Amino acid sequence: MAEEKKMFSATGNQMVADAMRQVDPDVMAAYPITPQTTIVEGYDKFVADGRVTTEYVNVESEHSALSACIGASAAGARVATATSSQGLAFMWEELHIAAGMRCPIVMANANRALSAPINIHGDHSDIMGARDTGWIIMFAETAQEAYDNTIVSFKVAEDPDVLLPVLTTLDGFVTTHAMDCCVMEEDQTVKDYVGEYHAKYPLLDTANPVGHGMFATLGDGYMKYKYTQREAIEGALDVIEKHGKEWAEITGRPFDLVDAWGTEDADYIIVVLGSCAGNARFQARQLRAQGKKVGVVRPRVFRPFPAQQIVDACKNAKAIGVIDRSDSFGSAHAPLALEVRSALFSAGVQIPVNDYIAGLGGADITLAQMEQVFTELEQCAAGEAKKSITYLGIDE
Amino acid sequence: MADFNGENYENWKPSDFPEGYVCPEAGTSVNCHTGGWRSERPVWDKEQCSNCMLCWVYCPDSSIMVKDGEMTGIDYEHCKGCGVCVTECKFGALELISEAQAIAEEGE
Amino acid sequence: MSQLTEIRWHARAGQGAVTAAKLVADTALLQGNYIQAMPEYGPERTGAPLKAYTRVCSEPIEVHNNIQNPDIVIVLDDTLLESTDVCEGMHDDGTLIFNTTKTVEEIRKAAQVPDSMKVAVVDASGIAMDTIKKDMPNTPIVGALAKVTGLFPPELVKERLKITFGKKFSQEMIDANLASVDRAYQEVQE
Repeated sequence: MAEEKKMFSATGNQMVADAMRQVDPDVMAAYPITPQTTIVEGYDKFVADGRVTTEYVNVESEHSALSACIGASAAGARVATATSSQGLAFMWEELHIAAGMRCPIVMANANRALSAPINIHGDHSDIMGARDTGWIIMFAETAQEAYDNTIVSFKVAEDPDVLLPVLTTLDGFVTTHAMDCCVMEEDQTVKDYVGEYHAKYPLLDTANPVGHGMFATLGDGYMKYKYTQREAIEGALDVIEKHGKEWAEITGRPFDLVDAWGTEDADYIIVVLGSCAGNARFQARQLRAQGKKVGVVRPRVFRPFPAQQIVDACKNAKAIGVIDRSDSFGSAHAPLALEVRSALFSAGVQIPVNDYIAGLGGADITLAQMEQVFTELEQCAAGEAKKSITYLGIDE
Repeated sequence: MADFNGENYENWKPSDFPEGYVCPEAGTSVNCHTGGWRSERPVWDKEQCSNCMLCWVYCPDSSIMVKDGEMTGIDYEHCKGCGVCVTECKFGALELISEAQAIAEEGE
Repeated sequence: MSQLTEIRWHARAGQGAVTAAKLVADTALLQGNYIQAMPEYGPERTGAPLKAYTRVCSEPIEVHNNIQNPDIVIVLDDTLLESTDVCEGMHDDGTLIFNTTKTVEEIRKAAQVPDSMKVAVVDASGIAMDTIKKDMPNTPIVGALAKVTGLFPPELVKERLKITFGKKFSQEMIDANLASVDRAYQEVQE
């Protein structure tokens, strides 16, 4: 074993709760929902045991949870919360408010399917509902990354050049509940890294009274202001990379906006988010052993979308397969596929892209499915037509 | 950002907006002279007034001026002429008249 | 070349299969292996059939999915054989360990296990009733696993149990669990 730090077993949710414990935010307001529950349960225990100084606010819904977080953030507090699925959907209006008010809240999301039909398992349907809300969104592949992303999220959110809320996400059950090998940094290391947070316009600074949540209906003030949000989140890409690299130097674990495997010479590339990237890489290794030039690209950050990094990683491929874990009903392409196509098109890169949907509602994403995609990419490059979107693993 | 100046709001560039659309000063609504919105004007008759303060309670624009527990007048800089004070007054001390008529009479 | 061992657990909710899947992983971790342990989650209903998985590897584990082709299958309740194909997807030279009072021959026939696979039986529930005084076959079956597969020595299982149970249970309960591991290690039949 190469790791010098003590390796131990933990679930993704335990790692997120511990990351938040090490940061020790001023306020957490949260409501439990499967498969996020063990994050807030674990954190509540830290509060009860006096291991953190956080004011834990019990609320009656996710709508109230994020509302309380916004209030606390406007007051000047460092704030964290966590949710999943219907809970995130129920927060929808507050998501826009938190981003518009530039509240640097860090929220973990256990990525899960949305009803109906009711389903408690992992996919990206819930988080993709937040993609246009102005939040920064990160996807963890492993429990370890969920820990690292959560810590980096605070640093990014609170950076004076960013001041945006961050959704740090991990896949329901596959990452939240599976026990995996992890390492943890010292509490002090984390505290030193994230530093102290000083809000720019704290509402509770009564010596310098300010107004939050102002009105912008007349004229084009609203539109001008929204432009500042676009600038802020676009500028956040460099800040995420900077703080990610800083954390990587401390920990020795890589932090890249886009994790590109085998792309230097790959003819066929799978682009995928989150926990199933390892499955794609594992299969790619088997195919490499057979002499096939295949690669896997995984954006670790989805908002802001690292378009240039995706283009750089994919531009020499002969065909690309994008695997989404959610659908965008009525659109020709699912969310990740849309982003990848847009990035390539804008860069003037013409490579055929195959669209796949996999793992909805926790359906197992198998190595055989990964092999199927690579095989179809070969066929695609050879000029074989394929229908627009394939639902992997089902007999259509 | 430079010194905050809400007066120039219409000409702000995006970079002039404080993060979070925060208003970095308190009490700035006093600078917004909503009195110009008025089409009707409440007129106060001091003789009839009992200083019950019902108008002060109901006024949505804090335009009932009070000193030492007694009404002193109406802040026409900010009064929008909604007339709620006239509706609530139990003593006939407030009357709503046409703003145009009031201005014409002032001009005489 | 990395050494990957994949274990699938068949049990009924409430028998402690998830705890056992994690115990095996944590024991292998003590040896310096990389591990994964995950249940196939569903609504929590005591008695409902469930599966859980453990991966043990000498190298970091990249895959995050259910185990399709296990090397080892552990069946904590032999009444599951009526509704479940416990051999599904197994490697030809795989190993099955049953908590049962049946003989190896009886269970091989009942579960339709091909001749190429190894079958082992242990009355883990009986051992648990004797030692732990409760029908919790999950701890003793890990002792049987240690014997049949040589994945790790039984001492390591007990060392891990002391760590896991040390904070939660009385010394009496810990001793009973340790004894159950030893007995299953000795009594498992191949």
